[in-house]
Amino acid sequence: MMNASLFEIVDKPIDIEEVRRKVESRNAGAITVFIGTVREFTKGKKTLHLEYQAYPDMAIKMFEQISKEIQERWPEVKVAITHRVGHLKISDVAVAIAVSSSHRKVAYMANEYAIDRIKQIVPIWKKEFWEDGTEWIGDQLENVPYPKGTPPIKKGELS
Amino acid sequence: MIRILLFAHLQEAIGESELSVELSDYSVGQIKDWMEKQYPQLSLQKMMTAVNEEFATDDMVVRDGDTLAFIPPISGG
Repeated sequence: MMNASLFEIVDKPIDIEEVRRKVESRNAGAITVFIGTVREFTKGKKTLHLEYQAYPDMAIKMFEQISKEIQERWPEVKVAITHRVGHLKISDVAVAIAVSSSHRKVAYMANEYAIDRIKQIVPIWKKEFWEDGTEWIGDQLENVPYPKGTPPIKKGELS
Repeated sequence: MIRILLFAHLQEAIGESELSVELSDYSVGQIKDWMEKQYPQLSLQKMMTAVNEEFATDDMVVRDGDTLAFIPPISGG
């Protein structure tokens, strides 16, 4: 486990404990673990299951980019992210993010920053399967996603 | 030769996840136009792209051996 990559795309169930273990540190006083799960109802519509697809090489690069941005803000933190692809059932874990920090407040903030950025810049897509059809979901943020053509990849506050 | 990657609904629309095309030294914008002529079912003008796994703009020129990926609006997490 010592050399396990901090950032992974997997096609099997995510081992949350393994993700947490990657950020263990003797200097840490807190580890936050965020788990994103498959929701059954969205705006009253029933999801049967989901399929996630990724552009794996680029997704890993973007995870590294997010980690870099986090360390520019909070230099002491360590981040690990695993996202699952393929067929997922209701309540399955789609993503796990672990952040360790010397104090809890930063561990919470950095973890939220990571999931917000994943939804902006990491090339992963989900396909919803409903009783009456299917659809690849995009633009979940319900705004014009990238006014400048590319996502903002730099320092600066999230909108 | 350049490699073109397609994901999500784009992949389903043309039935391919990857293409190899002789479009070296064309810009991303020109390749979008070419793709729309080849595959009229695609609408790529506002589509995000990445060249060699970095986000790209329409004026970027794609060189021999590069990989151009079309990135539909993402929905991970």
